[in-house]
Amino acid sequence: MVHEIILAGFGGQGILSAGRIMAYAGMLDGKQVSWLPSYGPEMRGGTANSSVVISDKPVDSPVLNSAGSIIVMNKPSLEKFESWVDKGGIIIIDSSIVNKDVSRKDIKSFRIPATKIASEMGNMAFANIILLGKLIAEKGTVSVENFKKALYAVLPERKHNLIPMEMEALKTGMEYNEV
Amino acid sequence: MGQRLLMKGNEAIAEAAIRAGCFHYFGYPITPQTEIAHYMAKKLPKVGGVFLQAESEIAAVNMVYGAGSTGIRVMTSSSSPGISLKQEGLSYMAGSQVPAVVVNIVRAGPGLGGIQPAQCDYFQACKGGGHGDYRQIVLAPSSVQELYELTVEAFNLADRYRIVVMILGDGILGQMMEVVEFRDKEEIADIEKPWAVTGHGGKRKQNVITSIHLDPAVLEKMNQNLQDKYRLITENECRYELYNSEDAEVFIVAYGTVARIAKSIIEMAKNEGLKVGLIRPITLWPFPQEAFDKVKDRAKAFLTVEMSSGQMIEDVRLAVNGTGPVYFHGRMGGMVPNKFDILAQIKEIYSRHINS
Repeated sequence: MVHEIILAGFGGQGILSAGRIMAYAGMLDGKQVSWLPSYGPEMRGGTANSSVVISDKPVDSPVLNSAGSIIVMNKPSLEKFESWVDKGGIIIIDSSIVNKDVSRKDIKSFRIPATKIASEMGNMAFANIILLGKLIAEKGTVSVENFKKALYAVLPERKHNLIPMEMEALKTGMEYNEV
Repeated sequence: MGQRLLMKGNEAIAEAAIRAGCFHYFGYPITPQTEIAHYMAKKLPKVGGVFLQAESEIAAVNMVYGAGSTGIRVMTSSSSPGISLKQEGLSYMAGSQVPAVVVNIVRAGPGLGGIQPAQCDYFQACKGGGHGDYRQIVLAPSSVQELYELTVEAFNLADRYRIVVMILGDGILGQMMEVVEFRDKEEIADIEKPWAVTGHGGKRKQNVITSIHLDPAVLEKMNQNLQDKYRLITENECRYELYNSEDAEVFIVAYGTVARIAKSIIEMAKNEGLKVGLIRPITLWPFPQEAFDKVKDRAKAFLTVEMSSGQMIEDVRLAVNGTGPVYFHGRMGGMVPNKFDILAQIKEIYSRHINS
């Protein structure tokens, strides 16, 4: 089984760290993983994306030109990556930021107002975690137990007090159903 | 094997160097390899080593020259424009046979270029970036695990042959994270260095490290010795990977990150009934002729894929030596080859040479 995942949005939305957390959790699940960030001008305010591969076998290419699962947190990313989703794959959209849906019929889209829900929980920065929750629920990409361990490993210690809340955010994402 | 860690390529290089006994690092920051310097700055003082950020790349490479002359293991790293500045020092080290490891995490050029990944420094690395008739061993890892293993190996090769060994990566390899498993203990070649300038204490003749020989007869002899050494390295140290090669008809030739992309294409090609293999040179110099000799009877065509205008392809053509057509696919400027574009080209090659 190979999970190819692209996360895309604005710099500052936690796109890169969300990818790292998934890769770390995949490693703890005993898988081969790769994480490739966009680097450079993106990190200074433009768009950011990261590619994650979680695989039972050695990872072929860490560079993706398509993916089974794509998370988008802004409109330019939806426009760029809609065509990258594999046939039958999924796209998860932060609908509090992106007011558009996909036009393709051969992929499944999930619209979650993640930034709005996260704000209501008291921390906008949890939006990425809510979206990852949906990804894990749909695809079983990594185990929830190792996701939690990955949060402790990837986040700096000064943010560890937020992890219980982040796990709540994850659960919210996993259980979210469109109304 | 030890613990499995999720590490950036640049960090794995730095950790590998320390494990290989390199406690001296001189450098100057440049994207996309600065994490190597960060890591060294953090770790080397704790193991009694020296991390020094020099005032320029030229200063850094000459510090490497000086430190290497004393026989200790020493490293510098940079990215393309910085490596250009270091060429004078690399030529001097070749002339005076001082071992060192130099890392180039290549970015797109020419000039200041950009910071995105490229393989446009192949000529510079493999064909003599500085002046004079010299060579350096060039290693091309294609995963974070291999960045670790080949960096350790680079120090052994450098000491064994008194030569500069370059690790040629690219921005993707430097920036990406993968799982790396470190060995409990590194195999460090135990090599005597009677040539090193360590202080003779009145007990032996002084050692001199220099590249200047004004008598042409002496200089020619020195050059002949270098060429003998290069021949020995070519005989002993060629490394490559043949992947899915048993019944392949078309061979992709690629190194580094691009070889990883090639592997994902081979899977896609299989599903379409196309028999595609990969020749992945691990040493770019010496170039692994043997890999091509092994497949020449079944290879109907070769496709060289590079993040450049076509540099390694010259060595591929020499290695194939007319036994089959050699095609090229390249991207420049920091753009990365797209697997669908490459697959489309493979289909064209198939229809021209195999299904025609």
